[in-house]
Amino acid sequence: MNATAFSFFVGIIVLTLLITYFAAKKNKSTSEFYVAGGNITGWQNGLAIAGDYMSAASFLGIAGAIALNGFSGFFYSIGYLVAYLVVLLIVAEPLRNLGKYTMADMIAARFNAKAIRSAAALNTLAISTFYMIAQLVGAGAIIKLLLGLEYSTSVIIIGILMTVYVVAGGMLATTWVQIVKAVLLMGGTIALSLIVLAHFSFNPVELFNQVAAKIGDKAVTPPAPTTFTAGLDSISLNLALVLGTAGLPHILIRFLSVPDAKTARKSIVFATWIIGLFYLMTPILGYGAAYFVGQDSIKKANAAGNLAAPQLAAYLGGDIFLAFISAVAFATILAVVAGLVISAASAFAHDFYSNVLRKGQASEAEQMKAARWASIGIAVFSIVLALGAKSFNVSYLVALAFCVAASANLPVIVLTIFWKRFNTTGAVTAMLTGLIGSVGLILISPNIMPAADAIFPLKNPGIVSIPLGFLAAYLGTVLSGKVSEQEEEKYTEIFVQANTGIKQLG
Amino acid sequence: MGDWGRVAQTGSFQELIRQKSSFIVPATIFFFVFYFILPVLTAYSTVLNKKAVGAINWAYLYAFAQFAMTWGLCHLYMRKANKFDELVNKVKQEITDKGGKAE
Repeated sequence: MNATAFSFFVGIIVLTLLITYFAAKKNKSTSEFYVAGGNITGWQNGLAIAGDYMSAASFLGIAGAIALNGFSGFFYSIGYLVAYLVVLLIVAEPLRNLGKYTMADMIAARFNAKAIRSAAALNTLAISTFYMIAQLVGAGAIIKLLLGLEYSTSVIIIGILMTVYVVAGGMLATTWVQIVKAVLLMGGTIALSLIVLAHFSFNPVELFNQVAAKIGDKAVTPPAPTTFTAGLDSISLNLALVLGTAGLPHILIRFLSVPDAKTARKSIVFATWIIGLFYLMTPILGYGAAYFVGQDSIKKANAAGNLAAPQLAAYLGGDIFLAFISAVAFATILAVVAGLVISAASAFAHDFYSNVLRKGQASEAEQMKAARWASIGIAVFSIVLALGAKSFNVSYLVALAFCVAASANLPVIVLTIFWKRFNTTGAVTAMLTGLIGSVGLILISPNIMPAADAIFPLKNPGIVSIPLGFLAAYLGTVLSGKVSEQEEEKYTEIFVQANTGIKQLG
Repeated sequence: MGDWGRVAQTGSFQELIRQKSSFIVPATIFFFVFYFILPVLTAYSTVLNKKAVGAINWAYLYAFAQFAMTWGLCHLYMRKANKFDELVNKVKQEITDKGGKAE
């Protein structure tokens, strides 16, 4: 085991546990647990959004994808960033004005039905679990390579840490772990980029020139068009990337941890700057790795290119820099999985247990207990699945999560705010159709079936499953009969609330 | 008509919604079109594959322009949103002027 790497890893664990210790003292009520009492400031939340969002898939995956596939890998960076315009312009402020602890609160503000909360909780659990398994599988593989620990040991260590942060420290600890991670990740990425650029007299154009000269033009040029289906697949991927973020429950609950819509708005703009600067550096990392480490060595270390960034750090800065960058990757994964656990736990404890099973009659103490047990249950469940999913390709699990979020959650969120006729049946139909449609299409796609036999030809089903979600919302609403006067009045109420932030009239 | 209905009928609320949609609708259409031009063009043509600056081609320049577009639109929205906030305050003022309460 690499001693420097080991001490960096221990340093990060100690730091995050200290944060949890201090947060735990404040973590008394359900509001503290779910949304840190709604007291996070704009810049803190901005950093935390960035920390919650830039997962192992972003840091390790995109660098590797650009190193091996060139321009196609950069699509992820663009889509993940532009997605914040959907969040900022359409979703975030109404969500802040209508929500309390979870995404389901916002929909239930209009349609107060158990079926709505149950379906929304189910979607949150499904999306968060897929996302979490991907992070855990990636984390296990990377720690195994860097520290020599067994895959299962690595997964269990991360699983225990994320459970401790969430159960003891709730949203406050999760937020600060995400802030620390965002600062570490930006620091590490800027340092690595500057060292790469120093070899090209700090001229990015020179980096592109040298890469094209050494590896060939195909490294920097988009691949030439092939078939109609392949083109459609690429467009479909981009659709899921740009629409998925606004339906990801662990990102949406971040807007509920701030006091008002104005702060939510400020925090998104702050996050968009950080996330954008980070993604702007991904070609430097990817091409730097391809140029210095070489595509063959990258593929040899990990076929998907997931170790390109750490390999680049080792090449340019030796063992100590490798240890630092690996520790950054470790912190990245911890922060993201903690965010996922808390969003899944709130969906289960707040939406399903408190509001559906106990019909809102559970005491504060009972709710806290349920939230803690839900966190433990979800962590154990994901760990067990991740242990079994060791040989799965992690990238399609993340794409699945984005696609399910865009298909199952986004139509309902948007129509709840903007469509006057929308009703309970339409909302439930849309959530279930989006979930089943996107997961079902992935199961019969080339991701799972051999390419020649796949019933559905696209790897990314978004272009079919997202419109399907909207269509189900429309049909469910129209076919279930007329909207009552009461329902129309309810819409007027939430429409005023969503746009003004007024909670009560007296 | 309930209390909320009366707020929805006020001039300042209607003005808020009118100003919001006249910014958000065109801005959303614009960024979706701007965003999808890139994957559509690279999927079905090679027009963006020509070199622009050194080895950097038009596809990369267009991609970088999406970053500038995102940041630019964020700040444009922030400026607009400050005006929306003023209108929200007017809505609240109108309610309290009529002896109601808005929290």
